[in-house]
Amino acid sequence: MSLRATTWQTVGPFFRIGLERLYTWDIAGENVHGERVAVQGRVIDGAGSPVSDAILEIWQANAAGKYDHPDDPQDKPLEPGFRGFGRIPTDDEGRFRFTTIKPGPVLGPGGIDQSSHLVVNVLMRGLLRGLVTRAYFPDQPQLATDPILQLVDSARRETLILKPAPESVDLFHWDIRLQGNDETVFFEF
Amino acid sequence: MKDRTLGIAQYRSHYLGTQPEYLHAPYASSVARAPQHAPVRIPQTLSEVTGPASAGQDTTRACDLTLASGGGEAQGQRIIVSGRVLDENARPVRNTLLEIWQANAAGRYLHRFDQHDAPLDPNFTGVGHTLTDDEGRYRFITIRPGSYPWGNHYNAWRPAHIHLSLFGPCVATRLVTQMYFPGDPMLEYDPIFNCTADPIARRNLISNLDWETTIPQQAIGYRFDIILRGRDATPMETNHR
Repeated sequence: MSLRATTWQTVGPFFRIGLERLYTWDIAGENVHGERVAVQGRVIDGAGSPVSDAILEIWQANAAGKYDHPDDPQDKPLEPGFRGFGRIPTDDEGRFRFTTIKPGPVLGPGGIDQSSHLVVNVLMRGLLRGLVTRAYFPDQPQLATDPILQLVDSARRETLILKPAPESVDLFHWDIRLQGNDETVFFEF
Repeated sequence: MKDRTLGIAQYRSHYLGTQPEYLHAPYASSVARAPQHAPVRIPQTLSEVTGPASAGQDTTRACDLTLASGGGEAQGQRIIVSGRVLDENARPVRNTLLEIWQANAAGRYLHRFDQHDAPLDPNFTGVGHTLTDDEGRYRFITIRPGSYPWGNHYNAWRPAHIHLSLFGPCVATRLVTQMYFPGDPMLEYDPIFNCTADPIARRNLISNLDWETTIPQQAIGYRFDIILRGRDATPMETNHR
């Protein structure tokens, strides 16, 4: 027997009342092992305007590259306090900021490691379905061979890579652009 | 199909036309927000087949929206919205978080950006959440939301609806949708409801009057089942199709 998955509908403009209970700006939690980082940026629409009513949902592995999930078969350590989920709204200027730990590489297709990355689901009014993208940490040895990045046109890969901030070694900038020349790469799977 | 490297399960692809395209011009907000590039197709890796399954071991529930603020009762037609969360293989999705939010009976959200000239109800926040049980069942007591005007086109009114958000077992099963009510005359004119090509997929967004859950003298029941992406059949199951 096969049913059809229910159709997506937009979160609309008033999702805050329903979703704010799980707003989480610190994804890793205090006692979790790993390199502390902060990520900040903006969500920008096709008119170049900041999107003040977007919401980002982050999913990530821990510092060892292990997800807090029963279907992750990797033989890697998992700390009890680590979840790896965050839900962050943009502010009135379309900005977001969250803190976490840098995830480790995760085993990928063909047995090739996926470089350290965050999975990011973007929701907002005007999006009839969520948009899923990835934010990769720069300067990682696995970046050049990451099996998912290999599937992306090399001219667009940069949209998926966090930029080290000049002001701090543990701060990264990353903007999400919905349209335009430097439109962020989004995935389907 | 399996990723042979890890033996991880893969989730089914959507049937053609059963999910909205990002750009749907009649829905004005999609024009500047829908990406112009097609999404890049990637295999499902560990990053997509894992996810915040229970959104962090949250075991609290807030299923009765008519008493949410602890004071008096919410104004409006009391209703019971219930159903099951299943996957495409008709298996219950257990212990998954379901978050809902909605306008009040007058068609107004408790939100600072909602400027619709309709009364707020001090006894109604319009927010609830629950976890499905072992059979995938959920149940909310709430009030029937009102229609409200919006700026999409001249004299635009949204059909009455309740927003729902579900995680399911992984990133690939995430779903945000809206539940509608049978016989609502605004459905025909609503670009959000009509954004999906497949008429059966649209019809499945409309709840059904449910005598089984209707409580005499108290509340009308509406049934709304939700289907999340299911795992692709294993080769053994394929033989039975």
